[in-house]
Amino acid sequence: MWEYTDKVQEHFLRPHNVGEIENPSGLGDVGSLACGDALKLTLKIEDDVIVDAKFKTFGCASAIASSSALTIMVTGMTVDEAEKLTNDDIADYLGGLPKEKMHCSVMGREALEAAIADYRGVILPMAEGEVVCECFGVTDLDVIRAIKESDLRSVEEITNFTKAGGGCGKCEDKLRDLLQATISETPVVPVTADGPKRLTTLQKIKKIEEVLEREIKPALKKDGGDIELVDVDGDFVMVSLRGACTSCAKSQTTLKEYVEKKLRELVLDTLIVEEVK
Amino acid sequence: MKCDSKDVIYMDNNATTRVAPEVVDSMMPFLTECYGNPSSMHNFGGQVGGAVEKARAQVAELIGADPKEITFTSCGTESDSTAIISALQVFPEKRHIVTTRVEHPAIKHLCENLDRLTGHKHRVTRLQVDSDGTLDLAKYEEALAEDTAIVSVMWANNETGVIFPVEKMAAMAKERGILFHTDAVQAVGKIPINLKELDIDFLSLSGHKLHAPKGVGVLYVKRGTPFVPFLAGGHQEGGRRGGTENVASIVGLGRACELAAETMEEENTRVRALRDRLEEGLLAAVPKSMLNGHKTDRLPNTTNISFEFVEGEAILLHMNLYNICASSGSACTSGSLEPSHVLRAMGVPFTAAHGSVRYSLSVYNTDAEVDYVLEKMPPIIAGLRELSPFWKAE
Repeated sequence: MWEYTDKVQEHFLRPHNVGEIENPSGLGDVGSLACGDALKLTLKIEDDVIVDAKFKTFGCASAIASSSALTIMVTGMTVDEAEKLTNDDIADYLGGLPKEKMHCSVMGREALEAAIADYRGVILPMAEGEVVCECFGVTDLDVIRAIKESDLRSVEEITNFTKAGGGCGKCEDKLRDLLQATISETPVVPVTADGPKRLTTLQKIKKIEEVLEREIKPALKKDGGDIELVDVDGDFVMVSLRGACTSCAKSQTTLKEYVEKKLRELVLDTLIVEEVK
Repeated sequence: MKCDSKDVIYMDNNATTRVAPEVVDSMMPFLTECYGNPSSMHNFGGQVGGAVEKARAQVAELIGADPKEITFTSCGTESDSTAIISALQVFPEKRHIVTTRVEHPAIKHLCENLDRLTGHKHRVTRLQVDSDGTLDLAKYEEALAEDTAIVSVMWANNETGVIFPVEKMAAMAKERGILFHTDAVQAVGKIPINLKELDIDFLSLSGHKLHAPKGVGVLYVKRGTPFVPFLAGGHQEGGRRGGTENVASIVGLGRACELAAETMEEENTRVRALRDRLEEGLLAAVPKSMLNGHKTDRLPNTTNISFEFVEGEAILLHMNLYNICASSGSACTSGSLEPSHVLRAMGVPFTAAHGSVRYSLSVYNTDAEVDYVLEKMPPIIAGLRELSPFWKAE
């Protein structure tokens, strides 16, 4: 059982500012279902002052509490003030978070940044970084920033704050290098990928989900069928067919000739679609 | 420390169970007056040895074994490690193990660390499960190889309650001269087991899963199965496990096995009916909820339900407000960042794996408790869905 402060429990059980602002001045949408937490932050900004903030969060108690705290903290702030808010500020406001849960406060800050960037119409610099952790889509810039801001000293701490390294663990060496380089203040050489930029698993899932929702599901539903994304492992896309598709003799043809073709065309041309029964 | 269990609705019996009052009674003399060492020559210790032997017979009776085949250990995990490491030592030329993708961490992490523990390279085949958590026996047969030392397949899964056909699988292993181990900590006491008629070489069980205390387990070793002890030491347990016996807990486990035999019928009728009512009620009352695991090949006490678009820890903490105890396969509750390996192996969608809740009942649960949970759960899920950016009310 996690040790949560009274303040975390209060914000978790009775969260403030739940919902979505219509036509928001700024929208920040971070995380995903696959990650286990996601936050959609909407801001109403007048004369560069945040006059209202609302959230919707999928996640554990600390994710919900961090979101609720964030909306209270930023309301009344100027955009410039809000921009300086750190994840530690959010955690402090809640009287602290368990160390394994610090990434929840980081998600809050990321959503705020994204919403401000959206308001200003600029692209976030973090998206420019090179992905280090493919499982959770964390870039080297994310990691370096967390190390500097929160004075991290171990790979485990990096995982607690950014989730990087918390999946398959393959990036541990890279994280150690980044830590070493950042702490010793030597110039950091960002991890460079060979050839074209690869998609992270998360980016893949997100894009595949989009295409499924927009193109594939409506087409299948016409015939009384449906499809669900189960998992993505490298280039293997595991799906499960629902409804009329399950008993349809042509379902394998649909899968390869239609679903796979569509995903290859719109997401990545190396994808292989497999059915999970 | 004081714990008040009076108002607790405990539906987390696959995690651990209440120590039965009868079990506590049976243990008390050994925590007070009867403190002798069972190995001593004097009568004062010797009578304690008699109590350990009585417990051994009680355990053997429950699982259809001979008392000589029962070795007391400290827990299920120790029993698992002992069986596997023994088999690998007995057959040093065989470097292959067959297991499943849904084993308990006691087996899963052991298999991941075998090379380091034994100093040899091993191959591990982890059998895939279907979406309902069941195994494909044809694939199992293919996996059995010339150099397979041992098969380790759990009898029933702790997260879903799905029962594997270990009787048949053990026979298939025996035909090929391969040892067979089963982690039966969730099965013992809940479903009838008669090892005399089976080709199972090793079976692990754990006291605290069947109303005995924590800190005591059993490894069953079939007569004639080659065996190398894991804990070297004194001559306790017929030389199979060194270390002075945990007498009180062993006596308690014996009594618990006796009680389990008495309540087996109730477990499979009344408890099963409670579980079914809870499951059907929840699936009917909560939209976008689904059962994880095979509906019938399953323990009578377990149900694992996914509530889509909400996260397990958040659900459990809301249930906690009502003193309802259960578990979740979500990432946040496991302390890792990924959801349950069991649900992932079954191909449960991410949207559902994070929102899974396992309810595991026991003979101490009542109809009124099921009513209470059925009343409290739907509003909890609806409330959290209000917060979820993925939930679109239909």
